[in-house]
Amino acid sequence: MTIKVYIPRDSSALSMGAEKVAAAIALEAKKRGLDIQIIRNGSRGLYWLETMVEVATEKGRVAYGPVKVKDVASLFDADFLNANDANVKPHSLSLGLTDEIAWLKKQQRLTFARVGITDPISLTDYLAHDGYKGLRNALQLSAADIVKTVTDSGLRGRGGAAFPTGIKWKTVLGCEATQKYIVCNADEGDSGTFSDRMIMENDPFVLIEGMTIAGIAVGATQGYIYLRSEYPHALVALNAAIASATEAGYLGNNVLASGKAFHLEVRRAAGAYVCGEETSLLESLEGKRGVVRFKPPLPAIEGLFGKPTVVNNVISLATVPIILDKGAQYYADYGMGRSRGTLPIQLAGNLKHGGLVELAFGITLRELLYEYGGGSATGKPIRAVQVGGPLGAFLPESQFDTPLDYEEFTKIWAVLGHGGIVAFDDTVDMAKMARYAFEFCAIESCGKCTPCRIGSTRGVEVIDKIIAGKDTVKNIKLVRDLSDTMLNGSLCALGGMTPYPVLSAMNHFPEDFGISKS
Amino acid sequence: MQALQTQIDALIVKHQNMPGALLPLLHAIQDNIGYVPESSYTHIAKALSLSVAEVHGVVSFYHHFRTHKPGSHILQICRAESCQSMGSEALEAHAKKCLNVDYHQTTADDAITLLPVYCLGNCALSPAVMLDDEVYGRVSAADLDSLIAEAKV
Repeated sequence: MTIKVYIPRDSSALSMGAEKVAAAIALEAKKRGLDIQIIRNGSRGLYWLETMVEVATEKGRVAYGPVKVKDVASLFDADFLNANDANVKPHSLSLGLTDEIAWLKKQQRLTFARVGITDPISLTDYLAHDGYKGLRNALQLSAADIVKTVTDSGLRGRGGAAFPTGIKWKTVLGCEATQKYIVCNADEGDSGTFSDRMIMENDPFVLIEGMTIAGIAVGATQGYIYLRSEYPHALVALNAAIASATEAGYLGNNVLASGKAFHLEVRRAAGAYVCGEETSLLESLEGKRGVVRFKPPLPAIEGLFGKPTVVNNVISLATVPIILDKGAQYYADYGMGRSRGTLPIQLAGNLKHGGLVELAFGITLRELLYEYGGGSATGKPIRAVQVGGPLGAFLPESQFDTPLDYEEFTKIWAVLGHGGIVAFDDTVDMAKMARYAFEFCAIESCGKCTPCRIGSTRGVEVIDKIIAGKDTVKNIKLVRDLSDTMLNGSLCALGGMTPYPVLSAMNHFPEDFGISKS
Repeated sequence: MQALQTQIDALIVKHQNMPGALLPLLHAIQDNIGYVPESSYTHIAKALSLSVAEVHGVVSFYHHFRTHKPGSHILQICRAESCQSMGSEALEAHAKKCLNVDYHQTTADDAITLLPVYCLGNCALSPAVMLDDEVYGRVSAADLDSLIAEAKV
């Protein structure tokens, strides 16, 4: 009997040698005359265990990790393909049944329900795991009812701004136009985030389905995925999935014989962080410099090529299928306060157990950092965490009990953003991090508004003086004044939020700036 | 040079009717010949009804596009926060020292162009680098040495 062996094709797994491990396992099986089928699945998101190899058994999949090429022969010697045989002593890399691994078992995977389980580019696999149920339901509903379902689910933009997705859709639905567009913002540039990449590489069909539902809901017939150029594997997976979906009639002029059209195309970004801002993204899609637009008009009314456009993040769109499949209430039952549903949280930086944790809103940072993250990778105390990417605030240990909730984070002058959490141990120099925040803003500024274009460079200069111990008190005041100008005078979040990391570093870690805590 | 322009002209014809054609066209040119030669701007501008200044403006706005031939391999080192938390600064210094180049420069033997990058989406396995289209995680100085050695073969 052919034994199924799963080895991820996710780029983080590949970054730990998954390709070589797959080749070694295939070779070893051939050498030993064993009949195996290697399936290149997505990653389960337990990245410290990559390359994680799974073997299908009657009781479920059994996992091994982290597997290196040098471990392959010993895995075969330990008869890892027959892991359920009671007489077989498990290999030292055995993790037992994958579904029983506590880190995974405690999660609430809705958006990520299929990630790591299926072969990402197999439409058959997608359909066998509840794929396209959401679209089939949507096709039975009126446009207004699809939008209402999304609104009632409480889904808010997962890109960072947390604007209610249903409201945005309603605006576009209400516009009369010859052409409307669905644009997926897949320019995931925040450090510490990789959930968009995981969806696109490991379950591209769910994004395609979500965009198709959005198109049907608002009357848009063309969709674009604006994908960052740093994600070549996601490009391959998306294009393969779009081709199979088109061939099978899930995309095209007549989606599932509904008489409705929806076409989808991937467009590559070109390494400009600011293009994650929706209006500069639209400029870029139009073939221009990614310079931020003034709002109004809102993109929902005058977006791509001047037409009504839904611009949503990957995770927002990829969450739509499960909402249309299981209903608004099912999704809204997760979460706390006005933060409904789940958040795919990314544990990154200096953590022992980094990876993807999808949970209902409400879990605290401390639980995430220690129960899931396992503390710092270096074994030193965690001194600071940055939540929400390079424009997110740095939080000290005293704020680790804050629950993940948009409003709770606002209360402590922080943001959840796209759900990335980067941990730093006690060797971090927070004045250096503040300097980097200004430096990054200077490198990535589109140049349209003065506070961002000039302010970021002046910020680097003033922080350098503070680091050099020159007129510290005066220069701290200057940074605060400058930050105030940037916060209130910038056109978009790049200049407008760079003060978050800068001021939070100063407020919570003044000793690093040569000033006393008081 | 003539052959290069013929190749670029063919790509222009292939892309010029796409909505928002400029970025896809620039990508196609760079994917095929490794960079976007400034000599191609007039052809691009004419085909897309743009000014040469607009083409130049777009090419120079985006970090991804380059106007000169790079080395045989491109090594990108992530400078973003997550990688910083795991010692990427030391890795950057190491790379610059052993390649004897700064960022945006190519080694004397034309083998490797060194570039900074701001996040590769491999943040759970920081520090990360990318060699051509492949990402590497938890990269130590020794790992980087062997990557460089392999690339130079």
